[in-house]
Amino acid sequence: MLKVENVSKTFNPGTITEKIALSDVSLHLLPGEFVTVIGGNGAGKSTLMNSIAGTFFVDTGKIVIDNYDITKWPEHKRAKFIGRVFQDPMMGTAAGMMIEENLAIAARRGKAPSLRWSAPKSDREHFRQLLSTLNLGLENRLESKVGLLSGGQRQALTLLMATMANPKLLLLDEHTAALDPKTAEKVLTITNSIINNRRLTTLMITHNMRDALRFGNRLVMMFNGRIIIDVKDATKQNLTVKDLLAMFEEASGSEIDNDRMLLS
Amino acid sequence: MDLIIPTISQGLLWAVMAIGVYITFRVLDIADLTVEGSFPLGAATAAALLTGGHNPITAIVAACFAGMISGTITGFLHTKLKIPALLAGILTMIALYSINLRIMGKANISLLQVDTIFTIFPVSFDVQSIVLIVGLIAVSIVGLVSYWFFGTEIGAAIRATGFNQHMIRANGINTDITIMLGLLLSNGLVAISGALVAQNNGFADVGMGVGTIVIGLASVIIGEVLFGTKSFKNCLISVVLGSIVYRVVIAVVLQMGMPPNDLKLFTAVLVALALSLPLFQAKLNNRKRRMAK
Repeated sequence: MLKVENVSKTFNPGTITEKIALSDVSLHLLPGEFVTVIGGNGAGKSTLMNSIAGTFFVDTGKIVIDNYDITKWPEHKRAKFIGRVFQDPMMGTAAGMMIEENLAIAARRGKAPSLRWSAPKSDREHFRQLLSTLNLGLENRLESKVGLLSGGQRQALTLLMATMANPKLLLLDEHTAALDPKTAEKVLTITNSIINNRRLTTLMITHNMRDALRFGNRLVMMFNGRIIIDVKDATKQNLTVKDLLAMFEEASGSEIDNDRMLLS
Repeated sequence: MDLIIPTISQGLLWAVMAIGVYITFRVLDIADLTVEGSFPLGAATAAALLTGGHNPITAIVAACFAGMISGTITGFLHTKLKIPALLAGILTMIALYSINLRIMGKANISLLQVDTIFTIFPVSFDVQSIVLIVGLIAVSIVGLVSYWFFGTEIGAAIRATGFNQHMIRANGINTDITIMLGLLLSNGLVAISGALVAQNNGFADVGMGVGTIVIGLASVIIGEVLFGTKSFKNCLISVVLGSIVYRVVIAVVLQMGMPPNDLKLFTAVLVALALSLPLFQAKLNNRKRRMAK
């Protein structure tokens, strides 16, 4: 489904702030795989995700989705295949527009917009039914502006928007990191049920080791722009945080110095 | 009192420009200075065609197209050549000064001897009523078309671009195109307004664009503060009413004896105050909260 082949990316090359963010990363995802990605700050998780989404172009390597080589495609063209939820709850929705207007835009992801009415009344029943699956009471607030919603509600809505038009790949970039623990748990539960019900091929970045073990059927750990651990299925199911730490020390040759990852 | 009707009519003719400024300043979130050039561009195009014996409707349509081209150029400079929006608008504005002189062939064209949109109707109303009616018709058409367009899929994509470029790109929309479309529409409307105002004034002048952006902003902000921003429809109506209120304010201060030369200074101070209103409100709220403790 997704093939990342020998991808490298260096930011600010040739300057004192030069940063090798990805070095020769390869990753193949099978259809329906739900991969959790962990790693400390600067490990390259977000760079990997943004490379796939097309926020910037990679220096070398190839990115293929479903036999389409998208390496040189601009971000908006890749959106046809990719649904995304960002870390910042403000980034995934248009705050000044109504919930139904946001949903209408997401429902057409990948299609060229036309001069048809954007949010016709006939779509409302469908939108209501979709929103009711979130259990947040949003189904009665179609005409509310998204800016009035809480961070958790906005992330849940963005998740719905990202998955509405059946993406070939779902990218979740620490989408619960900016939420309080209780809300984060709720959004994660919704995330998990959407992905499992629809068998969506997913990459989910998280800072939380326990979440990385709890969700998905494959786990990838990154360090210094490289993938150092890649486990799946039964091996992953049996892992504990302690195993993961031991594996990390062995693979990276150093100890984890990231409190956020250890404590959570 | 006999100034009321002409003042409202002026407000309506300029409201078409204000809707254009609203599209860039509020919808796209860009302060587009192209309008300082596209407003006289509309006037120049219409004047050149009218003195050439063309029909006023043709002249206004041509003015609109000219304005759209100027907006597209700013859009190209901004999105494709990555020039900051403010600077891109300034560049087009400066270029248009020369273009406008070329279109007119001189700095000023009188329209007193030719048929205009205000003289072609075979009705026996007085001049004041005709200007009011033409203004009402123009604002209604522009307002309805804008309301419809920004409700369509393309229009919604343009509005979303102004709110959040990340979001709309993640939903598959090319923001270069939506930004360009917004600038195109905006300057098309501004040029229509320029064509109407020139015909009402009886002349087109190469310098008549000075301060257009500030007048547009004044109308948008006055409208928003006085008449609300609940929905897109509400915003459009507010902008039109804002344009009328601005003209009334100007008429009143002129009546009270302010020298006409100080008009631009007055408008600039008015807009500066209005733009800083949110800051003062926040400070005031902070103080209130502290006092309450």
